[in-house]
Parts: sequence; C-alpha cells; structure tokens
Amino acid sequence: MSGLLSEELLSTIGRRSEPRRELVTRRDIRKYAIATGNRQRKYLDGDVAPPMFHVPLFWDVVEMDRLSPDGVAIDTLLPKFPLEKAMAGGLKIDYVKPVYPGDWLTATRTLTDIYEKQGSSGPLIFYETDMHIVDDDNELVIRERTTRIMR
Amino acid sequence: MGKTEASRIVSVQAGDRLPEREFKPDNIQSFLYNAILFNAHRIHYDYPYATEVEGYPGLVVPGPLIGDWLNQCVEEWLGEDGRLQSIEYSNRVAAYTGDTLYSGGEVLEVDPHSGQVKVEVFVKNESGEVVAPGKATAQLHV
Repeated sequence: MSGLLSEELLSTIGRRSEPRRELVTRRDIRKYAIATGNRQRKYLDGDVAPPMFHVPLFWDVVEMDRLSPDGVAIDTLLPKFPLEKAMAGGLKIDYVKPVYPGDWLTATRTLTDIYEKQGSSGPLIFYETDMHIVDDDNELVIRERTTRIMR
Repeated sequence: MGKTEASRIVSVQAGDRLPEREFKPDNIQSFLYNAILFNAHRIHYDYPYATEVEGYPGLVVPGPLIGDWLNQCVEEWLGEDGRLQSIEYSNRVAAYTGDTLYSGGEVLEVDPHSGQVKVEVFVKNESGEVVAPGKATAQLHV
C-alpha cells in the first residue's frame, strides 16, 4: 500500500448528506420513459415510474457557479481525493416499493467506505456510497449502493 | 398457491435467453436524457470538448442510460408476469453516440418454489464487447 489515504480522509467515512425530498410527477415519468426508449405503455403514460426513475429525480440540481468547467456538479458528500480521474464504477439497486405520480420521496446518501487497491498501472482509490430513498411513512422504497474508482 | 398453466414459473428455465434489443443512441436521445436529469456534463453533448479536451473518440453515451437498458431488458422479458427486485451492473467500456448497442441476457437460476429468478444481462457494442454487464433478481408471480 502506498498509503494514499490519510486519517483525515478516512474520517469522512460515515458522512451523510442532507435528506432531499422530491415530488414524483406524471410529466417527469413520461419524459424519462421517452428519453430512455422505454416501450412499456404504463411508463410512457406515466402511470407508474420505471426502474431507475430515481436517477433523474435525485440528480443534483445546483446553480451554475457550482458546476466545474466540465459541467459536473461537485459532489459535496465526497472528500478531496489524492487521485482525481474517475473510472467506471458499479452499482446495485434494490426496488422495494413501486413509485407513483404524486409520491413524495426523500433520499439520503451516506459515504460508507473508502479504500485503496493496487491496480496494474498504479494505485486506485475506491469509495462506496449508499442512498436510501423512503416515502413519507419513512418506509424504504429504493436503496442504491454505488462503488466508484479513482485513478 | 397452486401453479396455473398461465404461470411463467412452469416454463422458465436456467439457460433461457432474454430477447435481444438493438439501440442506436443519437443526439436527440442524448439531449432528452441529459435534459430530464439536468446533467450538464460536456462529454455528452460538446463534441470539441469531448474529443479535443477529454480525448474521447466521440460523444459519450451516459452510463446510467446504458444501465437503464439493462433494467428494460429484464422488465420486457418479465412483462406482467413478475417484478424486478434488484439489479447490479457496472459500466466497463465507454459507448459513443452513433454506436449500435445490443442488450440481452440469460436466466441463471430459477427457484420453482419461491418463483425467484436470477438473470445475467448485458449491453454489447458492435464488436461484441460487453460495455455493461449486470445481474438481476426478479420475482415471478406464483
């Protein structure tokens, strides 16, 4: 291990975002279904949200001065990593309850892990986040765990 | 809880192929997708930036859009006979606007008692490279 991860950096594990509450609308479901090339009528009509509708629902809406020059919103959940080139990552999504127009959903993200591995062309930093999406009864609707790699 | 003739569980078997589908992501789809996300990442719509600054051969198809196609692959196969419970995938290889991509998959396991099915899914490019592999779990209605 080359020891890229300082104690200070590792102490950010467990950091949690402010909960964000958003309204699901038929119009947004329809837009998402069309944009993704969905072919199922119930989604194109917006009767129920397709899988991954939480992606547009909770994509960060930030003011332009908070976008980096490449047009990306800075993720305030993350510390500044000593490696900055983002590589492919993976994710796992659990769909617990269906999502309908009119639902209010609240998402909270947690930084759950940071670790280092030696890759074939140098050190890699991995970090993991966990997003819990609940309804107004505080029941779990969707859970999404992501792993991202920096090189 | 008797199985009826209509239940998919009696017919689904490990090794069954999920129907393949062709995708031709173009600028219009990319615009609509990034608009609904409010995603301003320039690699998706700013060709000089994507190619000259970031060094990509073209405009990058958004990773979660490819992920969505994996979800659609499972859901179109399920129809109204089941529910997608979970999916995991990764974006391994970049794809570019103008590419032709193909989704598909295969049933890995079926539990005939619970009706739970595990499937492997993929999105491939024209050279047959898997750009996004995934696995999903679905519950067939018993």
